[in-house]
Amino acid sequence: MAEQESTASVLLTHEVGLHARPSVKLTKLAKTYSSDIALATAEGGPWIDAKSIVRVMAAKAPQGTVLHFRASGPDADAALAALVSLVKRDFDEAGVHVSERSHAGD
Amino acid sequence: MPAIELTGRAAAPGLALGALYRLAERAGPRRVAGTPEEEAAALTTAIASASAALIAIMAEAEGEGADILEFQVAMLADDELAAPALAAIGAGIDAASAWRAALDEAIAGYRDGGDAYFAARASDLEDIRDRVLAALDDGEAGEPIVPPGAILVGRDVTPSLFLSVDWKAGGAIALSEGSPSSHVAMLARARGVPMVVGLGSLPTSGAAEAIVDGDGGRLILDPDARAKSAFARGAAGAADRAVVEAEAARLPGRLADGSPVRVLINVAEPEELDAIDPAICDGIGLVRTEFLFHSPGGLPDEETQFRAYRRMLEWAGERPVTIRTVDAGGDKPVPGLTIDGESNPFLGTRGVRLSLLRPEIFRIQLRALARAAPHGNLKVMLPMVTVPGEIEAATRLLDAAVAELAAEGISHMRPPLGIMVEVPAVAVVPDLYADAAFFSIGSNDLTQYATAAARDIAAVAPLCDAGHPAVAALVANVVRAGERLGREVSLCGDMGGDPRHLPALVAAGLRAVSVAPRLVGRVKQALAAIGPDGAA
Repeated sequence: MAEQESTASVLLTHEVGLHARPSVKLTKLAKTYSSDIALATAEGGPWIDAKSIVRVMAAKAPQGTVLHFRASGPDADAALAALVSLVKRDFDEAGVHVSERSHAGD
Repeated sequence: MPAIELTGRAAAPGLALGALYRLAERAGPRRVAGTPEEEAAALTTAIASASAALIAIMAEAEGEGADILEFQVAMLADDELAAPALAAIGAGIDAASAWRAALDEAIAGYRDGGDAYFAARASDLEDIRDRVLAALDDGEAGEPIVPPGAILVGRDVTPSLFLSVDWKAGGAIALSEGSPSSHVAMLARARGVPMVVGLGSLPTSGAAEAIVDGDGGRLILDPDARAKSAFARGAAGAADRAVVEAEAARLPGRLADGSPVRVLINVAEPEELDAIDPAICDGIGLVRTEFLFHSPGGLPDEETQFRAYRRMLEWAGERPVTIRTVDAGGDKPVPGLTIDGESNPFLGTRGVRLSLLRPEIFRIQLRALARAAPHGNLKVMLPMVTVPGEIEAATRLLDAAVAELAAEGISHMRPPLGIMVEVPAVAVVPDLYADAAFFSIGSNDLTQYATAAARDIAAVAPLCDAGHPAVAALVANVVRAGERLGREVSLCGDMGGDPRHLPALVAAGLRAVSVAPRLVGRVKQALAAIGPDGAA
């Protein structure tokens, strides 16, 4: 009865970690897939719904965290590939690091 | 303008002068704005309309502002954000209170991390909270934001409103209805918030300032110069008394003949302990764990409970700490746990009855307690025990939890399991309950059940009087049974903190009371004037 489950992990390099903007992007992307997608900041969990920005923000993952994904459903593999790529691309927002750092710095 | 003075009943001691803050009529007890279905629908609609408003603003915004709006819209679109509020609504809380409590919890989580970036997001969440409240408002007032130091005046106050107010800045409560034994009055006494109830009809407008005299049960509206100078003298006198009581608190509890009386404290939240020196007490006689279960985040997990219990045990060191298993129900509904719509909640599925009905939730608490036990001197207490079989059933569940932890190789100890004596059926024939490791008399409920007068119904509240000789007789009966059975007996209700009742308790043979932390000095002073026979 259990569907095939796919897993992937990727290093979070974004300077301020998994905060508001990256979380918005990640959950939006996750929602475009029909598979169930879970995220964890440690291999053993706890696993959280990667489509829930409330949960993803609450994970408070800092820079240097290894993000673990697992997905089950018809497009599980595609979803994981897209999510890993988004994290690797630093959420496409190299340009905003400076403003976020100044936000966090003082 | 001459001062208007109203007299009601004292519910929490102390004096306060402050700006008057009138609660809207609807802000009464469990402000029934509608059925849970209507409240849930109102919240969903309010979220949608707040979301639409944000999206409209977003169309005009650029850069960082747009990013923040996008974040806010994404949060509002996530069902997880409203889930705790909807759960609370399902348990009978109104939409505005439920939403506020849920968001406040989330906001605190963001603020507390020590991460500046996250703290900045807390204000985005505050904005979301207020937008939805405004949308919910729709011409009707939501849960008010009470300014610090205000004198809250209204018909009644909900526990959630009480908990939402910052009382550190002072303030007080004056109610036209209410009861000194309500849950809010208990909270007020624990936090040192002066409170007066049963004032009758209050002028609906005019006054801007008021004095609450929580000892004399008085509310003085628009105090004149004379009333204010009397207040200043009273406040100075109270401050002097507080100094004397603080000194008395440091001494061991003794009767006039020098024989010892143990004085312990009642605690709800671990945070209360931060301001208390463990040296003033002989331990914690009652931990009310319901407060853990009141988080809008839902029922607490094992780890959360374990940390809270361990913190209290570590605070107490070698002193005993009696933690009561969750006593939900009655006047303490817990979303997701208590049963809605019981015709008579005080005589319904509450305390250990509920825990035994929901063993999957009870098991988590028992595991957390057994895990915390090695960190101090823990005793576990079952509330509302009515028949010996309930002790047996709870013992089996505790043993099972201990066996599980042992099998999992998790550090633990099996704490002794005692009972709260608050049902007359137990107090009349306590010898039948010899399986209990100890007895702790819950005088609030015992009084309510012995007098058949509800604690929260103003009209009969005067009947619900711990001074009724029947209550002292029941206490004496339990003390004697404790001596026969070799079981410790203590009392952890408000009766033990009231100097008027202490002579009767001493005469009944009781030698251990657990009281609100701020009453420790007062109680020790009073005890020192009482002989072993209860005579002054």
